Amino acid sequence: MIYLDLLLGFLRVGCFAFGGAYGAIPLIRDVVLSYGWLDDEALAYMIAVSESTPGPIMVNLATYIGSSQAGLLGAILATTAVVLPSFIVILLITSALRTVLKNSYVQAVLRGLKPCIIGIILATGLYMTASSCISENMLDMKAAIITLILALIMWGTRPILRKKISPITLILIAAILGVIAY
Amino acid sequence: MRVSNRRGQILAELLLTFMKIGFFTFGGGYAMIAVLEDSCVEKRGWITHDEMMDVTVIAESTPGPIAINCATYVGYRQAGLIGAIVATLGIIIPSFLVIYIISMFLDDFLEIEVIANAFNGIRLAVGILILDAAFNMIRKMKQRVFPRIVMVSSFVAMLLIDILAWNFSSISLMLIAAAISLALFVIDEGRMARR
Repeated sequence: MIYLDLLLGFLRVGCFAFGGAYGAIPLIRDVVLSYGWLDDEALAYMIAVSESTPGPIMVNLATYIGSSQAGLLGAILATTAVVLPSFIVILLITSALRTVLKNSYVQAVLRGLKPCIIGIILATGLYMTASSCISENMLDMKAAIITLILALIMWGTRPILRKKISPITLILIAAILGVIAY
Repeated sequence: MRVSNRRGQILAELLLTFMKIGFFTFGGGYAMIAVLEDSCVEKRGWITHDEMMDVTVIAESTPGPIAINCATYVGYRQAGLIGAIVATLGIIIPSFLVIYIISMFLDDFLEIEVIANAFNGIRLAVGILILDAAFNMIRKMKQRVFPRIVMVSSFVAMLLIDILAWNFSSISLMLIAAAISLALFVIDEGRMARR
């Protein structure tokens, strides 16, 4: 049943979404691919939309996927499910279990979790970049060149501008390049 | 009567403040910390600067976006469980409405050729943004051997899972890393105790 799938799928995401805005993306990708709700391409569109609209990316993705799979009720269920674990954890911490986080066993678990998440995010970014430059087992030259330009803009302009390009700026530049190239 | 009025006032203020924060912060994550600090610490004095720091640290060790963690915490501090629910709803409602409206039109929208082409470019930017997030985290990571080994091996494992389309979730990978780290700690402690 779709409502139950949405609820369980996004509860799982909410429980393990450590590591900031992008920490949840590999998890959401796991869930949407395994249920067949979105493919990599549609997911990338939605990440871009989430970056360009207000609110945390994880919540935006949950709302979108819930709504596209099962309408308003789906959107409400998925959004609630993705937020619920962190809501409960903070309530527990503020009311009683604040010392839990200082516990050395909990610390040991977090020491393993954090670098693992970084590795997963890195692999997801690399795989998504590489797979969108390849179509039908061939290198898509246009996509590869645009990727190269975007990478240069993202990481090459930093010493010149002394400031980081914001995600929204990069998305806008990418949109313009897309219109020019295709 | 006056007491319940005051409570109602606090709840309304929590709802409106967090709705405003939710509506004007794009991209989420750390961009939100400055806005949260401004609204909750400087303007309203709901929590102290130190508490804000604590919430940030806690947010890093607990699942979920920091904005939601912060809303839950501030709401709970101001008005208990109801306050926590109201503040958390406040921060979610704006993005929920925006995305819900977009979701009804996105498919039609993508059929327009110019938009579809633009999204072909945008798709490529998303990979770069994810990579950038990972690079930032690597830069802030503790420069020790253990986290590096965990990072590199989970990177390789995840890449293999993706390329070979193995049916193995990233959550399982995280659980394995947590278990190994915990096991090493327990062994280490046992050794210390024997000494």
